[in-house]
Amino acid sequence: MTALHREAGYQALRGTRSSARSRPGPARRHASRRTRRFALNGIGVVVALVTLFPILWMVSTAFKPPSELYSLTPHPLPAHPTLGNFTAVLNGQAAGLGISFWIFARNSLYVTVVTVVLASVVSLLAAVAVARFRFRFRAAYLIMLLIVQMLPAQALVIPLFIDFRGIGLLDSLTGLILIYTAQALPISIWLLRNFVAAVPRDLEEAASIDGAGPVRVFWRILFPLVAPGLVATSIFSFITAWNEFIFALTFLLNDQSKFTLPIYVQFFFGKGTADWGGIMAASTLYTIPVMLFFLFVQRRMVGGLVAGAVKG
Amino acid sequence: MAETVESPGRRRLSPPAVGARPDQRNRPGLLARAGRRRAASAPGANRPGQARAGAFIRRHRLGPYLLLLPSLIGIGLILAWPTIQVGILSFQNFGLGQLSGAAPTQWVGFSNFTNILHDPEFWLALRNTVVFAAAVVVLTLLIGTLVGLLLHHLGRRMATFVSSATLLAWATPVVSASVVFYWLFSPDGGIVDWSLSKLPGWLGGGAHWAAFNWTTSGALPAYTVLTFIVVWMGFPFIAVTVLAGLKTIPAELIEAARVDGASPWRSFWGITYPLMKPIFLVLLLLSIIWDFGVFTQTYLITGELGNRDEYNLSLYAYDKAFTLPPSYGLGAALALILTVILLITTVGYVRASVRQGAIS
Repeated sequence: MTALHREAGYQALRGTRSSARSRPGPARRHASRRTRRFALNGIGVVVALVTLFPILWMVSTAFKPPSELYSLTPHPLPAHPTLGNFTAVLNGQAAGLGISFWIFARNSLYVTVVTVVLASVVSLLAAVAVARFRFRFRAAYLIMLLIVQMLPAQALVIPLFIDFRGIGLLDSLTGLILIYTAQALPISIWLLRNFVAAVPRDLEEAASIDGAGPVRVFWRILFPLVAPGLVATSIFSFITAWNEFIFALTFLLNDQSKFTLPIYVQFFFGKGTADWGGIMAASTLYTIPVMLFFLFVQRRMVGGLVAGAVKG
Repeated sequence: MAETVESPGRRRLSPPAVGARPDQRNRPGLLARAGRRRAASAPGANRPGQARAGAFIRRHRLGPYLLLLPSLIGIGLILAWPTIQVGILSFQNFGLGQLSGAAPTQWVGFSNFTNILHDPEFWLALRNTVVFAAAVVVLTLLIGTLVGLLLHHLGRRMATFVSSATLLAWATPVVSASVVFYWLFSPDGGIVDWSLSKLPGWLGGGAHWAAFNWTTSGALPAYTVLTFIVVWMGFPFIAVTVLAGLKTIPAELIEAARVDGASPWRSFWGITYPLMKPIFLVLLLLSIIWDFGVFTQTYLITGELGNRDEYNLSLYAYDKAFTLPPSYGLGAALALILTVILLITTVGYVRASVRQGAIS
């Protein structure tokens, strides 16, 4: 659509402008544009395939029986596809843990959902404060958010390990939720404040003239209008919680039934069994939900990211 | 709060606030606020305690601070205070004894830092970190910008296809990406070694590539694999951001340059680049921050602390802090060095953001 419009714009512009200059005839110009489009599409296909290759290879390996994995000539697609790798992962035989994939999936899902909800609530409150009020330390707070989101987890993990050991939050999903929520807050607040600021103030004021209190104004007016923004920002808390590695690796020491998915995949990988079919099946199952989620919210995310990344 | 218990009718009937200037009467916001303030302090409110609290909050303008409070607690306890603790720990000898409380705190001054600076492994890790970050930042920005430009010039359907593909790379969790690339580069059955061994010699291929072990043969091969992973995961963000920036440039500008005979190369450096410079600056700083001290990928690819000559600063710090016998103080000193380097970059990022009007 936009590309077509732009193309039309080009032609219109060229029609009015190029008369003064000597330019190739229309037929030749048309042909050269077709070649150009063809070349661009070719490059596009190559870029997409190269980008997709590791993912395709992961999925294809997951369906390969052991005999095909170590054959002297690897084939892109399994000759005799099998679900054996997936069954072994799902029934818990694969990594030798005897714990089903579903347990780890449940842990990850629990941690992720609670993190997303907590981070959304806390960051929406803060976003309203930042977008709707002028107060002292407002600029300082915003700058603090920018700085704090850069603090490296590799550094924080050392004192937090000591602190959480002291209060009994090691080997606990609650401990991870607290950390992931805090980690997700800066970017969530930063992005959400743009969405809150975009809601016209008049709407709220009109509602409060009609007698709605701040709580009602919030739920009836602000919340529905900010909801798309909440979806966009929740992607970031989702990714934080679903992908996080270093804290889970360090804190989940003794209780394997508490492993989140990345730690399960790491454990399986780190055993050095070279059961690549099984490892790829596990990481496929771990990866697919995020990919679906990403594709589902693609538009919103790009919009939110751009608002956050380009403007801040 | 008081307003919730109030009947809507009463509000509408109430006269304009005393002292309100005539020109303010028609301004709903001010009126509502004035009315609300008065209603909240009215003695007849149904829930006097709540009403009083509401009035107190409003009188002292505590609203925004109360709204910020949960986020401040979370960030303070989980991000800010531990950063200070890193600083404190780095001047202590903190091991298993201190962790269990059996041994008293030992302040050791700068000895953690002098130990580190005299450790050749630190300088090796620093070199690996800096060289890797430089290579990856340049490659990610370059490839990301090129793909962004490509997306900008593709037709709609093709652009959707390519951007969906890059989105999938972006969506892949770090652990999955690391494990998959490890398998691609694996010496037994990996596709990369197989392909290289089949390549003709003049292209650098040959039988010696068969069963070449990328991850245990020193820093260069290991970080080559890591470069692939980090660039693969990182370029989509750059591409999408560059694309968004390109869309803000008026098409007429580029077209005018083209009509005047400028090559695409010249119009990029003459128009696109100057207009997008702030975006590139932010992307550069963000990339430096993200690619400096990459932990997860490095941990998994270099064999989970198995190859000391392949350490970067993050792995080195983690190894000092968590490999038995743990030395949290030494690890913290290293973590502090890492944090300071990143914070210096962050200052640039914050300044760039402020200059772009992000703090408004």
